[in-house]
Amino acid sequence: MPPDYWQTLRLTLALAACTTALLLGLGLPLAYALAYGRSRFKPLAEAVVSLPLVLPPTVIGFYLLVAFSDSSALGRFLIEKLGVSLNFTFPGILVGSLVYSLPFMVQPLQAGFGQVPRSLREAAYTLGKSRGTTLWRVLLPNMRPAILNGLVLTFAHTLGEFGVVLMIGGSLPGTTRVASIAIYDEVQSLHYAQANAYALTLLSVAFVILVALYWFTKRDAARLS
Amino acid sequence: MLDFHLLKALHTAAGPRTLDVRLTLAPGELLAISGPSGAGKTTLLRLLAGLDRPEGGFIEAGSQTWYRAESRQWLPPQQRPLGFVFQDYALFPNMTVRENLAFAASGQPQSARIISDLLESLELTELAGRLPAVLSGGQQQRVALARALARRPRLLLLDEPLSALDLPTRLRLQQVLAEVHRQFELTTILISHDPAEITRLATRVLELELGQVRRLGPPMAPAAPATVVGCVLAVRPGGRLLVRLPGGTNVEVNGAAGVGEEIALTIDVAPTL
Repeated sequence: MPPDYWQTLRLTLALAACTTALLLGLGLPLAYALAYGRSRFKPLAEAVVSLPLVLPPTVIGFYLLVAFSDSSALGRFLIEKLGVSLNFTFPGILVGSLVYSLPFMVQPLQAGFGQVPRSLREAAYTLGKSRGTTLWRVLLPNMRPAILNGLVLTFAHTLGEFGVVLMIGGSLPGTTRVASIAIYDEVQSLHYAQANAYALTLLSVAFVILVALYWFTKRDAARLS
Repeated sequence: MLDFHLLKALHTAAGPRTLDVRLTLAPGELLAISGPSGAGKTTLLRLLAGLDRPEGGFIEAGSQTWYRAESRQWLPPQQRPLGFVFQDYALFPNMTVRENLAFAASGQPQSARIISDLLESLELTELAGRLPAVLSGGQQQRVALARALARRPRLLLLDEPLSALDLPTRLRLQQVLAEVHRQFELTTILISHDPAEITRLATRVLELELGQVRRLGPPMAPAAPATVVGCVLAVRPGGRLLVRLPGGTNVEVNGAAGVGEEIALTIDVAPTL
């Protein structure tokens, strides 16, 4: 077992959990707007949300690194006005993860909203229910598989994140060194057994999560139809 | 009670057309709308419910203005006191029958009483704890109707509520609809393709074609008796005649005629019940 195995694992899980929780809050309104909005700019917004799927993580990491540094207006504002320095910190890699995993939350949710029959939404409106009540009582309960899908994919994707975290956070044990980076470090130092400890953990967690996802999805589908 | 003039562009198979309907409904009236698909029937219902926006005209419901193009008034569907029964029923799959009704009735005074009364009068009490997915089409239809009534609407809009059901179920639900209409005295608009259904339920019928009113008036009487000419093949003992109809079907009828003679037979159309 590597010496800081538990510390690294705790950090990795904390990053994945925080990213998933925050992205659920950010992703729901965004996915709602993308699913039901009729704005001309919708294709533009969809492209921006999907960019992290196709960009190399190092590109996202590089631009965020520059943006957070004092060489950019945003970075200077954060550092000088708010006293927040994001590079090489946990909040910094959290922001990077939010950007990087955004499509993994938004796309399943958007598809989930789209799959709820329009007549259900309209029935709630004709029963006098507001958009908020309709969202909470009708839409969300009937797209549970999509929500679960978004949560699981975001969590698993953040667990496996490497490039963005390395660019913004480097590899500071206990602060920014997540499991995927620890594996790389251990291999660089020819500690194959220790790299294997991390790798096997990530593999098992990812597998268990996906099995749980498919099991719940199947059970839910059987219950509602 | 309901007075409207609605204009909306329609995309029909025959090209772009304009839905243009001007109508006044008396309180408690049951109007049927019929017409070929693409005539604008569902669009008209959706405009009345506020689910789509008209492009001109007005809707006055009693003293309340739901829509008026000139003054840019538009009441969202939530604020229109109406019940809408969708063609696909649109029951909330995550809620039991009782929860579907409770969701609709929430915010009403005495909602528990409204729900239990509706469950009883639409014979749903025993199904109250079930999810919609396990109900038959006819049962789902009754739940959809009960849910639409749970909000105590003043206008009931029904979009082909019975079209997907088999004949016996349809006939039973026509009775339910007639009873509901009697009991609640709701101004009702029903889309239907079934002439017998329209005759049984409606006080007036609006026939639409490509967005225009083709006919507005009392429901047509059932089709007039038809006459066919048949050829007598044989005279049976007791005076019964074996007659061959056009198309080759043989029937036995009472009458007096000789073999080889042609006689006229009248076919009467009996009501479905």
